Amino acid sequence: MIFISEDKKQRADGRAYNELRPIKIEVGVLERVDGSAYVEVGGNKILASVYGPKETYMKRFLRPDTGVIKVKYNMAPFSVDSRKRPGPDRRSNEISKITADALRPALLLESFPRSMVEVYIEVIAAEGGTRCAGVTAAAVALADAGVPMKDIVAGCAAGKMDDQIVLDLSEVEDKEGQADVPVVIMPRTGEITLLQTDGNLTDEEFEEAINLAIEGCMEVSKVQKEALKNHYVQNLEG
Amino acid sequence: MAYYLFNHLLVGIYLYGVYKMIYVENKDLVIPGEVLAEDDFYSGRGTFRENGKICSSLMGLVSLRNRKVSVIPLKSKYIPKKGDVIIGKINDVKFSMWNVDINSPYSGILPASEVFGRDKKNLNRIFNVGDVLFLRVVDVDEVKKAKLGLKGRGMGKFKGGIIVSIAPTKVPRLIGKKGSMINMIKDKTGCKIVVGQNGLVWVKGEKDMEQITKNVIKIIEKEAHTSGLTNRIRDKLYLDIDGEIPEGLDDEEYDFESEVNLSNNDNFDDDSNNHRRNSFANKHKRFNKKFNRRNSFNKKYELEKPRLQNFKAELEQEELEAKKKEDKKRNDDFINNLENIEKSKSKKSFNLNRKKSGFSILKDNF
Repeated sequence: MIFISEDKKQRADGRAYNELRPIKIEVGVLERVDGSAYVEVGGNKILASVYGPKETYMKRFLRPDTGVIKVKYNMAPFSVDSRKRPGPDRRSNEISKITADALRPALLLESFPRSMVEVYIEVIAAEGGTRCAGVTAAAVALADAGVPMKDIVAGCAAGKMDDQIVLDLSEVEDKEGQADVPVVIMPRTGEITLLQTDGNLTDEEFEEAINLAIEGCMEVSKVQKEALKNHYVQNLEG
Repeated sequence: MAYYLFNHLLVGIYLYGVYKMIYVENKDLVIPGEVLAEDDFYSGRGTFRENGKICSSLMGLVSLRNRKVSVIPLKSKYIPKKGDVIIGKINDVKFSMWNVDINSPYSGILPASEVFGRDKKNLNRIFNVGDVLFLRVVDVDEVKKAKLGLKGRGMGKFKGGIIVSIAPTKVPRLIGKKGSMINMIKDKTGCKIVVGQNGLVWVKGEKDMEQITKNVIKIIEKEAHTSGLTNRIRDKLYLDIDGEIPEGLDDEEYDFESEVNLSNNDNFDDDSNNHRRNSFANKHKRFNKKFNRRNSFNKKYELEKPRLQNFKAELEQEELEAKKKEDKKRNDDFINNLENIEKSKSKKSFNLNRKKSGFSILKDNF
């Protein structure tokens, strides 16, 4: 992917303002679960696994008219520079919730009432933008598990760095930058299922950031679809 | 084959005719959210309609027939359906029923009344936690809980053997055209195999044969959508067991259309027929002998037509008979009751007489 733009400066890692980090997606990497995906976005290494619609031990969450989705996002202690204390914390609880909210509109669980889909997102290595990469991985894992879906959601962030709107913030840009706008969309219809903002942006900058992020999501979506189809072809060959 | 061609012709007409409304072909791989067709088509299984467009909701292969677009999933969960034969594992023993894990989002229950009439006994003695049973889905209620039963031939507890689990959508492929695949494996390995429609397969035989069978079943699951699978499995079985492939085996033509037929849930009844008969064959040696002899004569692994042509009709008849029996029993009970009441009445009067005088007992006895 080459985006050359002359009016805007290059970024710290040499990318253009609208260039994504290299993405790699693998499907069906785990044996014991119903569906799984492994995603690398730059330095992020994320493993998502899905236990397909199943009867659950938590009866109080069940709904009589539709199935429910439960997401657990977890960061490994060795995923960041200084050791992260293992276990759930404020941040991972938040990301678990917003990931479930981002995935829910795309799922068609009406045919599985009183059942639950469990998604586990494990961050093995983190380098900025793990929530978007997590949603991307979870969506692919859900498709692999055979959960009925309207669309495979894709996530990507945009942000502001050195007074310039850039796509797919890395860790340095995330920490030193002025703003961060993670966006998750359903690529076929372009509906936004997740939109968060952190930092200060003017109205115009915000518009620009969203549009840039949606462009990025479309690119991510292409990689997702390719990965799913490739997995099938590999299976076919043996 | 003619039907297949006709189908293609139809697709062709739609592709090159006035309406350019279909975007995929038969057997194409699609992923969730892919647009398959517009307006003029019907949305089948695994698809949904949005703004006049038909989209796929699953990852799977397209099946086009009579302007009906559906997607056959690569992976899916088993949803209990009335009349299915399945394999389940006892999860819990309760006061008057067993909870059964049927490899599905919904659990099954086996009421004690299905096993021993009305009188309750110690349920632990019959089936305990961990036992694996061959069952039939008697009924599915609104919350999709499956009520299971043991009525029918071959139903009951498995002793020994191993359980292999495959995706429920691959079950028709494992059974094959009129049971060709499963019978071939049975013949070659000498294992007893029972397939449940919920994707669990019970295998019993010699230890190494069990392993070979397990591997073969796993291969079938993985390559279910490829062509010429039956021949490849046959070759693999020969290699694993005899160490060489005998010459002069005729290669059967692979027909995708029939696979689609089998993959459709609507046509599952044929399989259950076959399947039922197979388990029946296991039970009855005489039949089994005949069965094997046939197969050794013509090596094509073709079977005579299933005896139980109409599985559902048979079920209904069984139910009717049971009902008749029950009615008769109730009648008899009623008559017996009447008699009993009369007897007790006479006894009562007798007792009353007895109470009048202490000596009357002796008198009456004589």
